[in-house]
Amino acid sequence: MQILEAEHICKSFDRTEVLKDISFSLEKSQVLSIIGSSGSGKTTLLRCLNFLETPDQGIIRVKGETVFDGSDASYLKESMIRKNRLHFGMVFQSFNLFPQYTALRNVMLAKELQAKARPDYKEKKKQILEEIRAEAEELLRQMGLEDRMGNYPHQLSGGQCQRVAIARALALKPDILCFDEPTSALDPELTGEVLRVMKELAAQKMTMIIVTHEMTFARDVSDQVLFMDEGYVLEHGSPDEVFGDPKEERTKQFLSHFFAS
Amino acid sequence: MDLFLEQLPVVIKSLNIGFLQTLKLFFATLLGALPLGLAISFGSRSRISIIRYIFKVFIWIIRGTPLMIQLLIIYYFPGLVLHNAIWGGDEAGRFAASAIAFIINYACYFSEIFRGGIQSIPVGQDEAGLVLGMTKSQIFFKVKLLQMVKRILPPISNEILTLVKDTSLARIIALQEIIWAGQAFMKGSQGISGAIWPLFFTAVYYLVCNGLLTIVLGRCEKKLEFFV
Repeated sequence: MQILEAEHICKSFDRTEVLKDISFSLEKSQVLSIIGSSGSGKTTLLRCLNFLETPDQGIIRVKGETVFDGSDASYLKESMIRKNRLHFGMVFQSFNLFPQYTALRNVMLAKELQAKARPDYKEKKKQILEEIRAEAEELLRQMGLEDRMGNYPHQLSGGQCQRVAIARALALKPDILCFDEPTSALDPELTGEVLRVMKELAAQKMTMIIVTHEMTFARDVSDQVLFMDEGYVLEHGSPDEVFGDPKEERTKQFLSHFFAS
Repeated sequence: MDLFLEQLPVVIKSLNIGFLQTLKLFFATLLGALPLGLAISFGSRSRISIIRYIFKVFIWIIRGTPLMIQLLIIYYFPGLVLHNAIWGGDEAGRFAASAIAFIINYACYFSEIFRGGIQSIPVGQDEAGLVLGMTKSQIFFKVKLLQMVKRILPPISNEILTLVKDTSLARIIALQEIIWAGQAFMKGSQGISGAIWPLFFTAVYYLVCNGLLTIVLGRCEKKLEFFV
């Protein structure tokens, strides 16, 4: 069963076509890496899945259920978008943690706000908040941050911030976790600790889409690799196919910068 | 010297009464202008260009003309032109007119500071809130507001100190604030005339008041230093 199907996604900014008829699908528990040069449309594709950009055309289905259809305006309603984007979690290149909250509160906040809409919130407020806190603490422990829960983002290293951001995204239990160049703002040492956490998530069968320039990581962790160039998907296959035996000249040229053979 | 000591208690009492009126106008202006300024800042950032345009022109007029003229217009216009003296001729009427003029004037200045504060918050904060399923108002109140307050506190503090001194402009419509009270002793009041020193004393009131405000506002800034 495909957990995600994207069909004929198109997106333009003014007259610049950034995504030109992108289609792909992803199975549950798989890891998809999207690679390609800057400006190829990788990030825009990820942002379309999270509805940070609205595709001009195309259909997105999650677990068989349509969450976006470019020909049906009812999918553009704010409440609809807010509900549907929760299928996806998002981890940003620049972390985007909330600076005035501790690591723990960063992870808890969205869940707390959601809980307020529950009909039994008033009666069981204490118990609900206790559960949310326990879950958040457990997630931060998984990220190796048990002694950093009370710290504010500015007191954390970039790698720690990014792991808090991953925990924050996981707190809402998304079906698919998206990463937008999660290590591009980090030095090699900090990159290592974030990639380790992502590998663990892959091992725990989290479905993930990763936009990355870490080619070795993409080759090692992914089940599928998608190579994008100028708004098109040029190559789509297993890491062995894309990295080992690329069909297109452009792919070879791009990869030659990473793997000197 | 004897005369001075004799006059001093009379003058101080009178200045105290005047300063109370000054403080009333100050707090009324803050209480009204802060929320109104926030509303105007939303208006001037509206997605509808007509609304944005109207707000911009309004801000331009208010910031582009002297507060003293605005006081005169708000106080005299209803009576002179509409033949309906809504303010009445007493101190309460003059206070109401002053407060409204000050609130509108300061709200426009505040709104521009708020606008700068809102725009200075990285768009990543909105996006992080959105992908976590938050509504626009949750993002504003739970994510952006405190960051905004931290950034605008220094310029707002500036405006607040200026406001303390600007309240003296209300004297133009005979609001009996502290400078009005001090000046009264030049023209003759309670048996004292030709005395200019009470006017100098008013400066001490402003100085002490702004000194205290500087300390309080400095503490607020300090309180927000826990995050960057």
